[in-house]
Amino acid sequence: MKTATKQLRPGRCLALVCAASVLLCSGCAGVQSALDPAGLQAHRISRLWWLMFWVCLSVFVIVMGALGYALWRSRRRERVATEPEAERSMTRWVTGAVVVSAAILFILLIADFSTGRAITSLESSDAVMIKVTGHQWWWEFTYDDPVPSQQVTTANEIHIPVGRPVRLEMTSHDVIHSFWVPNLHGKTDLLVGHQTVTWLQADRPGTYRGQCAEYCGHQHAHMALLVVAEPPEDFKAWLDHERLPAADPSNDEQRRGRQIFLTRAWVMCHQIRGTDAGARSGPDLTHLASRQTIAAGTLPNNRGNLGGWVVDSQGIKPGNKMPPNELSGEELQALLSYLESLK
Amino acid sequence: MLDLRVVRHIVVGLTAILFALAASGCVREQRRFREIPPGATAATAVRQTELQPGQPQPEEQIKGPYDENAYAVSEGQRLYEWYNCVGCHMHGGGNIGPPLMDDKWIYGGSPENIFDTIIEGRPNGMPSYRGRMPNQQVWQIVAYVRSMSGQLSKDVSPGRTDDMNVKTVEQSKGKEQPTTKPAEHPQ
Repeated sequence: MKTATKQLRPGRCLALVCAASVLLCSGCAGVQSALDPAGLQAHRISRLWWLMFWVCLSVFVIVMGALGYALWRSRRRERVATEPEAERSMTRWVTGAVVVSAAILFILLIADFSTGRAITSLESSDAVMIKVTGHQWWWEFTYDDPVPSQQVTTANEIHIPVGRPVRLEMTSHDVIHSFWVPNLHGKTDLLVGHQTVTWLQADRPGTYRGQCAEYCGHQHAHMALLVVAEPPEDFKAWLDHERLPAADPSNDEQRRGRQIFLTRAWVMCHQIRGTDAGARSGPDLTHLASRQTIAAGTLPNNRGNLGGWVVDSQGIKPGNKMPPNELSGEELQALLSYLESLK
Repeated sequence: MLDLRVVRHIVVGLTAILFALAASGCVREQRRFREIPPGATAATAVRQTELQPGQPQPEEQIKGPYDENAYAVSEGQRLYEWYNCVGCHMHGGGNIGPPLMDDKWIYGGSPENIFDTIIEGRPNGMPSYRGRMPNQQVWQIVAYVRSMSGQLSKDVSPGRTDDMNVKTVEQSKGKEQPTTKPAEHPQ
């Protein structure tokens, strides 16, 4: 009993609240956080966020203080003053509070407008152009190039050069999605039959996670993407490699895997450049093994997960558009060896 | 004055009817992602000729497993585009391939006939999709193809299309009675 009362002492409570805040704030840093900005626009957004936070916190503290003071005073004085003089004083206070509130709201409005202006005015003629298409439930990215054969299509993971603007032209294939990489920028919707444009720029290298931010059906929660920001030379090397067709199988098992891929259901939906598989309904698999995740950020990309996904994707991500596949253990191993060779 | 017992009976009866209606709605909306439908046997269940040894026995009818499931029919509608059925049969009106929204069926219009047509292929152009499509998806397409000529009930058939509306939606299509006389193959 004694210890319980001891634990509830104000000092302890304060310590607990402080510890909880520290824990909460540690969640702010990371690969998917608007409070850990890594781009021009994200910096402006997070500045606006902190301005609003501190203003609202101050207002909250002042209002609570006033409330506490009023309660404390009404306890001390037994009768409430109703003289004209007290009435006048109250009117002055209320008028003052209204004026201050209006001024604060006006300042926030100005800050909001200027942030909105700043984050939309990032334009450049030297931008990396990426076409984004939202699908239920994955992202298709096409790096645009004036030479059609140099265009590159990939899925769920993009690489961008640090310090260079990226222009994203976005549309949707089925329903409305929303592209949101909190560390880099705010949200932009992907609409069906209409192109929306947004700009990004990463200021420091890193891997940032993004997510669909508009409810788009059954597996909306499993529609993530990765943005890898890297130095320009690394980006160029990556893009040059992406432009290459898929690697040829190097041994018999991989050759058998390719044969299985090309003669079964997979060839109906996926593309592997350099082979006869040219369907565009599902993600491009030309360089599947070089991606960090599978199924739009649902699982890390490794042999075990890939096997589970190939055989029974409906158990992992129910409702996704890839049907269950029946194949023997030997066939599965051959197919996985081939898929893992698609660096 | 209404007898209280009569009122009670009416209330109980109405509640039962409501529950029955609600339950039928469940079948219509059920989303079954992982099942393997009884499709594997269908391809071998269809005879190529009417002649049989001994007295002909009535065939065991294989029901389309998705004829009463709106979700599966809409998946079939998606796959119809996805696997490019639309490339030859268009949106049911036919062009390179025969139309699917009329009353004529060259190779039979029952679910197992359509399943067979997709899996085995047919002479003069229909490719065989054996091994290229899981049975579950084939049955979904079968259900959708049947909805094109109004063979499914209205609450199951698709009520809208994702493309420009070029024809009456399946839901509003009147039921075509398949003719007994086989259709001419397009030349």
